[in-house]
Amino acid sequence: MLKRFARRRDPGIRGHQAAAGWLFLAPAIVLLGLFLVLPIAMALWVSFSDWNGNGSPRHAHFVGLENYRHLLTQPGLDQSNFGTSLRNNFYYVLLVVPIQTAVALFLAVLVNRGIKAVGSFRTAYYFPSVTSSVAITILFLFLFSPTGVINELLSYFGVTGPSWLYDPRGLFHVILAQFGVDQPPASLANGMFLGVSYWDWLSGPSIAMCVFIVMAVFTTSGTFMLLFLAALQSIDDSVNEAAALDGATEWRKFRYITVPMIRPMIFTVVTLGLIGTWQIFDQIYVGTKGSPSNTTLTPAFLSFNTSFNGSEWGVGAAIAFILFAIIVFFTIVTRLVTRNTDRVPRRRRFGPTQPLGFPDASRIASGEPGSAP
Amino acid sequence: MHPHLVHPRRTTRSRRWFLSAVVTVSALAVAVGAAIGSPTKSHATTLTALIGSSGPAETFAVNAAAKAYTKQTGVEVNVIVASDLGQQLAQGFASGNPPDIFYMSNDSVATYAKSGVLAPLDKLKNVKTFYPSLRAAYTYKGHLYAAPKDFSTLALVINSASWQRAKLTAKNYPKTWAQLASVAKKLTRSGQVGLCTGAEFHRLGVFMIQNGGWLVSKDGKTATVNSKANIQAFNFVKQMINAGSFKLTNQLGVGWGGEGFGKQQCAMTIEGNWIAGAMTHDYPSVKYRVVQLPAGRAGMGTLQYDGGWGMAAASKNKAAAMSLISYLTLPKVQLGNAKAFGVMPSVKGVAKTWSKLYPQFAAYLAGANYSKSIPNVPGIATVLGDFNQQLQGLPTTDAKTILDRVNRELQAILNQQ
Repeated sequence: MLKRFARRRDPGIRGHQAAAGWLFLAPAIVLLGLFLVLPIAMALWVSFSDWNGNGSPRHAHFVGLENYRHLLTQPGLDQSNFGTSLRNNFYYVLLVVPIQTAVALFLAVLVNRGIKAVGSFRTAYYFPSVTSSVAITILFLFLFSPTGVINELLSYFGVTGPSWLYDPRGLFHVILAQFGVDQPPASLANGMFLGVSYWDWLSGPSIAMCVFIVMAVFTTSGTFMLLFLAALQSIDDSVNEAAALDGATEWRKFRYITVPMIRPMIFTVVTLGLIGTWQIFDQIYVGTKGSPSNTTLTPAFLSFNTSFNGSEWGVGAAIAFILFAIIVFFTIVTRLVTRNTDRVPRRRRFGPTQPLGFPDASRIASGEPGSAP
Repeated sequence: MHPHLVHPRRTTRSRRWFLSAVVTVSALAVAVGAAIGSPTKSHATTLTALIGSSGPAETFAVNAAAKAYTKQTGVEVNVIVASDLGQQLAQGFASGNPPDIFYMSNDSVATYAKSGVLAPLDKLKNVKTFYPSLRAAYTYKGHLYAAPKDFSTLALVINSASWQRAKLTAKNYPKTWAQLASVAKKLTRSGQVGLCTGAEFHRLGVFMIQNGGWLVSKDGKTATVNSKANIQAFNFVKQMINAGSFKLTNQLGVGWGGEGFGKQQCAMTIEGNWIAGAMTHDYPSVKYRVVQLPAGRAGMGTLQYDGGWGMAAASKNKAAAMSLISYLTLPKVQLGNAKAFGVMPSVKGVAKTWSKLYPQFAAYLAGANYSKSIPNVPGIATVLGDFNQQLQGLPTTDAKTILDRVNRELQAILNQQ
């Protein structure tokens, strides 16, 4: 008891530092609180309220889960728009994340090999990432205009390009049509989920969305290349040398040394990619505003549009929080997947006879499963 | 921080220093916040007007009118050009400090009026001078929520050179759908389609009206989007598309009908009088004529777009704001705007003067006799937005499928009204 009192009176050698610490933290806490925590809390409140945009949301009424129910269970325009936006964004993520990760890793490996003029390659690849997304979008609008550079190029090869950003046809539907399937079977046409028929869920990204997919890969690969490059440079050369001495091919070195060693960075890149792609907004706002036929509508843009132009603020905020839940869900899934593979499978574990704990590259090189306990 | 930097004995002093620092910082923050937050107090009233301008000519004309008003009354007017009118208005309404007056289109007036952000303008001095149809377009539940400032109808814009090349004369201006289809066919040649317009209700809707259809029933309670008349109208459009003499702007890969027309990718388009500005600035070499749209089975019909001034319910100077709106909708101000950027005045009194000023655009004014405005239903802009998205697929989709869908959506918001 006494001791505790004494301790409270005498702050000890570091006690008063807490005060100074708080003081130094104060600006950050105030700024984060004011511009991050408070707005998020307000938005959460709006998603549970009937706020109509008139005056402060504080005076709105609490309506419980009504806005969420409206979106998820009530057939109507809001629901089908939401379903459509989820479909569009899902295909966008499905294509962008793996492609951009692979391209970034490929570029990083190339740049890391000590070829000449590495600096200029690094700059060239990174350039799109530091350019404003609005500028890039406008550039792509010109490139992919029906009479633009891309179609001009295609015409040299005798190919008549599609009208790209004006083409609402789904990629999978186009491919199926090549095989003569251009009408949905009744089972797919009649079933509905979130206001979108099963057939439309299976449409794939529209031709217009493909332009945004190419754009995303083009702009973000540079950033992720830098992250991979940092990871690659932290791999000790001796590991690769040892593998080389044991006769491992380039591919095997890459597959069994590089990839496992940069796995944490792969997790980072995939997670950042997932978050970024689910939040796509500015490209859509500048480029198409959801056209053609709503096939580039995304939840982030729909949330904005529903709130600001449709005056349905509660529904707009609810979309934002469902999007938040989706992102959290996918991040956890990614984490689980990468965590499970963190442990080297038993058959690939390196044997105890190995000196210095380096991988037994000869075994890797031959591709035989490990014989070790 | 290094543990030995501050000696334990200096605790009380550093605490005092800490306290005073906190006080200073918060005082500074409050002072700065107050300085930024509170508007500079002046004795004269200042009004804010938020406009969505079509270009420098319009911005200049509105500013000139505002200056003239200040000269007359001493009330300062601050004209702000919005880059995204809907978003900036929404921010203003949410903050409780909206612009006093602002542009208001008639498809969003009901949405805003319902949420209570608009002040009624029933007591506007010159309320009787407007065309009744324009007043109706801005009336929601018996109250006028915006003062009409100008309007336009849609008409048929024809490329003169193409018309002559196809050996067509003034006698051939289409009066019926059949004639429209026939001239469009004659005008179609390599690199130029006969007719093009936006893949949206806001253009194609004229065929609905000409065929006796509309979005809602007469009493405004029932959605009639999928009526037989409307299905027939869109099937006529599809027939022309299939015949190759009509293309939607998304098929041409242009942003709007005016662009396709200006680039001579089509010989005719259906557009409002705002096309005049685009033609003058972007395509000065293209000569054109504007004629009335052909009649359908049910007679003449066109769509009408209205611009108006709305007033914020949260405005702190409602009396002054209302007098400013009165001033900005006076015949002489509207004629000034007409001269500056070609809009059609919302007051009956100056129709003749306008016709003399713009004889070549008589078709737009004539359209006012048989035009329809978008019905005032909260949320209609969203439904029509979806209608437009669906119409982009019209060439490959059954018209009835689209109309059934939009009918469901429209009925849903009519029920909520």
